[in-house]
Amino acid sequence: MSDPFLSQKDEIRRRLEERYVGGVPHNRALNLRIVDYRPEHLSLALPYREELVGNPETGVLHGGCITSLIDATCGGAVIMSLVAPRRTATLDLRIDYVRPALPHQEVICEAHCYKVTRHVAFVRATAHHGDMASPIATSSGTFVVFRDEGRRTEDGESA
Amino acid sequence: MRVRDALAAVRETGDFTAIQEVIPYARFMGITAELVDGDVVGRMRYSDHLVGNPTVPALHGGTLGALMESTAIFKLLWQGETTGVPKTINITVEYLRGARPEDVFARAEFTRHGRRVANVRVFAYQDDPERPAAVATAHFLLVQD
Repeated sequence: MSDPFLSQKDEIRRRLEERYVGGVPHNRALNLRIVDYRPEHLSLALPYREELVGNPETGVLHGGCITSLIDATCGGAVIMSLVAPRRTATLDLRIDYVRPALPHQEVICEAHCYKVTRHVAFVRATAHHGDMASPIATSSGTFVVFRDEGRRTEDGESA
Repeated sequence: MRVRDALAAVRETGDFTAIQEVIPYARFMGITAELVDGDVVGRMRYSDHLVGNPTVPALHGGTLGALMESTAIFKLLWQGETTGVPKTINITVEYLRGARPEDVFARAEFTRHGRRVANVRVFAYQDDPERPAAVATAHFLLVQD
């Protein structure tokens, strides 16, 4: 018996790169990188860059770009949980900053879309520096999934 | 210029350019603030790299979160209740409508302002403040040093 995900794994990666991580202007501007992907799960990395620093005295990344990383990863996890491509949009996103990010280190976000109903997807995410057990931020979000496939043909990029 | 000196300059002149100059991310995002009728109004200047959905088109949700968090911090700094840059404890962003590829503005209100923690509500809008694109609730830890 063949696993439908494994047989399409390369194609799914290509689509994520082209249409989401590289195809969404702000995701591209942040140089987001795919770390891992599987059904219902997505993990993206935000590379450290001086331009994204929020406090020049500590050299730590601004919370705003971590918000964008978490939003992008959660939206991507929703795409990874849908059978067919759909347009999605963030309804709400809560982020708890449980400890300060460290300077000069990339941030990784792991998101899990743990439930999808007909119109809504529920996601949890954790941002860390490589050790999931030592998070910088924990997050939960809800997304609306549009079923108007007749009128819109684009893939599920989150707005 | 250090953050502290930039803050002092902002308080003296009401010109937030100095703070943008010391925060690299604010420059990258085109985020500034200005005083309008004595209140701090955050502004994110449109640029193509802020787009989250090129088909609609709409701004990336994360950029609205960034503007709202920054505006709350600018207002806390402006009011002088925190001597250092306040630390974000958490932020919840509700997205109400897609933001068009144009400038976005934001205003913050303190729902409770204690000695250590400030509870802030922020509204992000484009042409009509009564029709916000997003609303955020955030808590900040104030820094007294």
